[in-house]
Amino acid sequence: MNQEAIKDLLYKMADDQLILGHRNSEWTGFGPLLEEDIAFSSMAQDKVGQSWQLYKILNELGESDPDIVAFMRNADQFHNSQFVELPNGEYDFSLIRHFLFDTAELIRFQMLSESSFEPLANLAKKIKGETKYHSMHAKIWIKQLGSATEESISRLQGSLDEAMPYAFGLFEVSKFEQELIDTGIFAGEEALKALWKNATTEVISETRLTLPDMESITPVFGGRYGSHTEHLQPLLDEMSEVFKVDPTADW
Amino acid sequence: MYGGGNVFETMKATALAEEDPIKLAEFEARIDRGEKIEPTDWMPQLYRKQLIRMIEQHGHSEIIGALPEGTWITRAPGFKRKLALMAKVQDEVGHAQLLYSAAETLGKPREQMIEDLISGKSKYSNIFNYPAFTWADSCFISWLVDAGAIVNQLANSKGSYGPYCRALERICAEESFHLKYGHHCVIHLATGTKTQREMMQAAVNRWWAPMMHFFGPSDKISVHSEILMRWKVKMASNDECRQQFLDMYVPKIWELGLTIPDENLKKNEATGTWEFTEPDWEEFKRVINGDGPCNKERLAVRRMAEERGRWVRQALLAPQAKYVTPLA
Repeated sequence: MNQEAIKDLLYKMADDQLILGHRNSEWTGFGPLLEEDIAFSSMAQDKVGQSWQLYKILNELGESDPDIVAFMRNADQFHNSQFVELPNGEYDFSLIRHFLFDTAELIRFQMLSESSFEPLANLAKKIKGETKYHSMHAKIWIKQLGSATEESISRLQGSLDEAMPYAFGLFEVSKFEQELIDTGIFAGEEALKALWKNATTEVISETRLTLPDMESITPVFGGRYGSHTEHLQPLLDEMSEVFKVDPTADW
Repeated sequence: MYGGGNVFETMKATALAEEDPIKLAEFEARIDRGEKIEPTDWMPQLYRKQLIRMIEQHGHSEIIGALPEGTWITRAPGFKRKLALMAKVQDEVGHAQLLYSAAETLGKPREQMIEDLISGKSKYSNIFNYPAFTWADSCFISWLVDAGAIVNQLANSKGSYGPYCRALERICAEESFHLKYGHHCVIHLATGTKTQREMMQAAVNRWWAPMMHFFGPSDKISVHSEILMRWKVKMASNDECRQQFLDMYVPKIWELGLTIPDENLKKNEATGTWEFTEPDWEEFKRVINGDGPCNKERLAVRRMAEERGRWVRQALLAPQAKYVTPLA
């Protein structure tokens, strides 16, 4: 089994979970209602926790300690999609991102629970259980706000149009893609994307929102290969501000 | 967190004269017997009003208190701290939800309470008008401000109003974890590297005066609260809470090699009480009345959050919205 291929897969997923978890946590104290403040914090905790577990598998494969990996790398060493690093914006953008991302993640971890790489398969079983609730939360809100007032519908529509090219960036293929598929480690981004399109279309069709024409979207790629927007480095600088005061200290 | 040092209105002597004397006597007898008053029970207007005020202030303190600590979530050093602080601050927001629900049982809607908070009409715990400059400040809050709140809340959980007592019992159970988390963080800083130790000591120096203010003005000068004690709205005086806090936590702070910036602070072994430099109550009044380092910022942040979220709340009320049943 090619360890580099597995590491590449683990890194992109761990980095996605860490960065979006961090973004979700930024809602703490600012939610549109207390219940949403609490919900975004729960999802943030799950996602950061999931990233930690994924970094632990990487650690077992010879990578550095999870704290070092998460808190000491620069933006160009991160493999997350650009989608997750975008600022939260208003609640409509955060909600749309949450919906598009978690719909994909639920399918991703369902697929990975069958992975031939056992440590990942075991972890994926746990993660898909948590992500199921994230996905349910997103669907309830999309259906509710996507059919409510003119303002809520037009806000969600605007964010959906803006988010789609970035969401497609989630499925950027790895240079090891075929190998991962052939060895049964991961069924691949294209397979995931097809299922994701169906799942998102189904939910959106129950609202007054319109999905942009999927065929004409130009995906925003680059994140999986270390190319990021100007938003990632400041996020990382903030995240590591205290840790870097003394990375060898016990905090 | 975070309730402590509630501010009560001066009560009019005539207020009770307007109540039905028979019902009032029954009400007081129930409280004397240690019974809980429930939302649908008869209660004097004054009792209702003071309780709303106290529970509301407590709820506000939770959401405003989430701001100085919340700002350190994105900067917490390492996975363990990051996850713990997120969960801790989330608890505080949950406490606000619980407390607003308890206050709603007395007839004031949550929306109205939040409106009164952002208009400046309602107060919240004064200590959150001070900034958390460093990670160590957030650790001080998690340990010692929460400790102070537990002293106050444990006392009040034995009070007479059922919904508030039940909310407080649950809150205290969660707070005890916050306290452990905060203590763990402070131990690591106070026994860590030179930079960490200095950071922690500086935080203690900054937060000691607000901490002494936390329990409210000295009994000698605070608003007369005899009737609130009799009705078991307020269960311990400000000075009693302060003494209990000092007794429990000063030794623990000293044990870590930290110093407290009050050279007069010592326990009088003969009387069993702590002696200290009288806190500056003029500063306390000035800050609680709006002129503290962060009052404007805290309310502005809360107001912005309310405004940015208004369309979401309106959409939830929209008549054409379909009710979506939970998926599981």
